[in-house]
Amino acid sequence: MAAAPVAQADEVAAAKPESLTDLFWSFSLLALQGFGGVLAVVQRELVEKKRWLTLDEFIEDWAVAQIMPGPNVVNLSLMIGGRHFGIRGALAALAGMLTFPIIIVLLLTILFADVADEPAARGALRGLGAVAAGLIAATGLKMLPALRKNTMGRPACAIIAALTFAAIAVVRVPLLGVLLGLGLPAGIWAWYRLGRA
Amino acid sequence: MNLLMTGSDWLALFGHFLSLSLLAVGGAIALAPDMHRYLVDERQWLSDPEFSSSIALAQAAPGPNALFIALLGWNVGLNTGGYGAALLGMVLAMTGVLLPSAVLTYSASRWAHRNRAHRAVRAFKLAMAPIVIALLVATAWLLASALFGKAYAGVSWLLTLACTLIVWRTRIHMLWLLGAGALLGAFGWV
Repeated sequence: MAAAPVAQADEVAAAKPESLTDLFWSFSLLALQGFGGVLAVVQRELVEKKRWLTLDEFIEDWAVAQIMPGPNVVNLSLMIGGRHFGIRGALAALAGMLTFPIIIVLLLTILFADVADEPAARGALRGLGAVAAGLIAATGLKMLPALRKNTMGRPACAIIAALTFAAIAVVRVPLLGVLLGLGLPAGIWAWYRLGRA
Repeated sequence: MNLLMTGSDWLALFGHFLSLSLLAVGGAIALAPDMHRYLVDERQWLSDPEFSSSIALAQAAPGPNALFIALLGWNVGLNTGGYGAALLGMVLAMTGVLLPSAVLTYSASRWAHRNRAHRAVRAFKLAMAPIVIALLVATAWLLASALFGKAYAGVSWLLTLACTLIVWRTRIHMLWLLGAGALLGAFGWV
């Protein structure tokens, strides 16, 4: 099957949220599709379908959402909502991200209390987890095209990505250490290349 | 568990979560070890199984994984009384953990957006791109390793790998994959 088309060529986003209500419902729908995490859906809905963000903007926003404290997708909803409608937009997007998922997770908790000891229920949780891990990995791989235009150059990007993976997954360095230890040299290199470009 | 929470206990819970908020670099799950230390070991407001099932359910349900924090607050409240106390616990836990980080993120991202043409801001974003991509793949790797442990691990990894390829290269809806994963798991195949 052909690769999923990705809106990578756009310089500016093709669309934007129409109103606070649009923000609220869009983020509600996003959150409700996000089993095992919302990020994979954010990329598909906001970049590929709604086109509120280009792939480059999405990666930039995600980097900021990741480096700031707090849940990443919550940060992302605050940023996107805030960009279009200020504080009210941030709150509308945040409310969308949280309201229905909280209701559902509470219902699940109440229901799950009755079946928590069934092997089938625990097996299903495990199967869901395996799929969720695949979703997260694929979300990262879908962002690869954005590195083509990166001013740092492809070899530098490949080295930084490989070192990041090794540090987190193999050596298990705390995230803050990785962000400082690899982000700082990468940032200096990017600064240097921007100056020459 | 039957528990008596005074007003100052609730305030302590709120204050503790406020103080953790700005430490949640890398997502809310990074706070789980400290929350376990505080809620289960130090205060004994939650039991161990209550703590771990809060995390597992929040992972399985739609929405941000950070909702495990709402469930922690909910379960603390439930241990002291009815659903009213549970709601109070949930609101205090979520507000505490979100308020400081939300204010900081909102202001910082506005600043970065206004100064997006600045060379340092551009360098930061360029430098972060490969790191962010690798972080996602590493997170998937860590989640899968923690989940699979020993038994049937080969098949589970195969399922994760297959889902990675399917989501990356096709447009099949994720709900089909999640349904298939839940079924395979319920029958004990992965």
